[in-house]
Amino acid sequence: MLSQDMKTYLVVAAFLLIIGVYGVVQRRSFIGMLISAELILTGAGLNFMAFNRFMAPVPAVGQVFTLIIMGIAAAETAIGVSFILAVYRQFKTIDPIQLNELQESIPHEAPEDDQVLAPCRRSPGDKVA
Amino acid sequence: MDALLRARVFFRSGMRFSMSWPDIFLEFVFGLFVVLTVCGGLLAVRTQILMYTVLGAAVAFLGVAGLFMFLNSTFLAMMQILIYLGAICIVLVFGIMVGYTPRQVAEQGIRGQNLLLAVPACVAAVVLLRSAVGRTIWPAPPDGQRDFSLVAVGRQLLEQYALAFELISVLLLIAIIGAIIVVTVKEDPR
Repeated sequence: MLSQDMKTYLVVAAFLLIIGVYGVVQRRSFIGMLISAELILTGAGLNFMAFNRFMAPVPAVGQVFTLIIMGIAAAETAIGVSFILAVYRQFKTIDPIQLNELQESIPHEAPEDDQVLAPCRRSPGDKVA
Repeated sequence: MDALLRARVFFRSGMRFSMSWPDIFLEFVFGLFVVLTVCGGLLAVRTQILMYTVLGAAVAFLGVAGLFMFLNSTFLAMMQILIYLGAICIVLVFGIMVGYTPRQVAEQGIRGQNLLLAVPACVAAVVLLRSAVGRTIWPAPPDGQRDFSLVAVGRQLLEQYALAFELISVLLLIAIIGAIIVVTVKEDPR
């Protein structure tokens, strides 16, 4: 009876959290990071609902919390997508690699022996070891 | 309560086959939702095509909605589908269509040494959290009949959590206005 055990839900929520963190770190696009953040928030909501079902004396409280998490996630997505739109209008690209305006003191075609900044400078098609 | 006791007896009795057919069907559906969640999450972070990322996230949200239904809250399951699938995924698809072409391989992700570090780190984190969940001795669940109904949720929202309810509406209003302002800002003439 896995569906009547709180640990199942907690493990699924932990998986969603970790895979969201992995996505935020790994993705190189704004949209990908945003989606991964949504996965993290969903994991948090699932955790709240699991504790609400099995632990809470008043089981309406966790549902209220999860509703508020959903509202915050919706607001976050709206703001994030509007940022993407604004960035696209301003720079005509939404590739985070090319949005390096604050990096202006470093020449764009620097010699390749500069290992520290090499990951920041590559273009999306490059093969990076 | 009854179900928890039955589950405990079921596991103590050496996995003797004591479930009825409706229970087995419910467990199957539950497993299906868990698989949907896990596979959707994996698809969302591993695929290189951005449209498939949104698809994976939508599948994961759907699975979580099913899990909510198993957690005695049909209302939250409906809200999950309405908000996450109906609103957030549509907005994300819209965001993708603005800048990317839909089937574009939009990113390379991390490769080589970083991937070798990132994947074991994440697997280790999942295993650690799993063992923490398994080792914790959870307090006994409260006794008595508890009210999972929508009426109770509405009462809590408008009585004890009225301030949070008002604040979340103000937050949503500010988010809408802010999004409109950010999008309609004049282009910098350069």
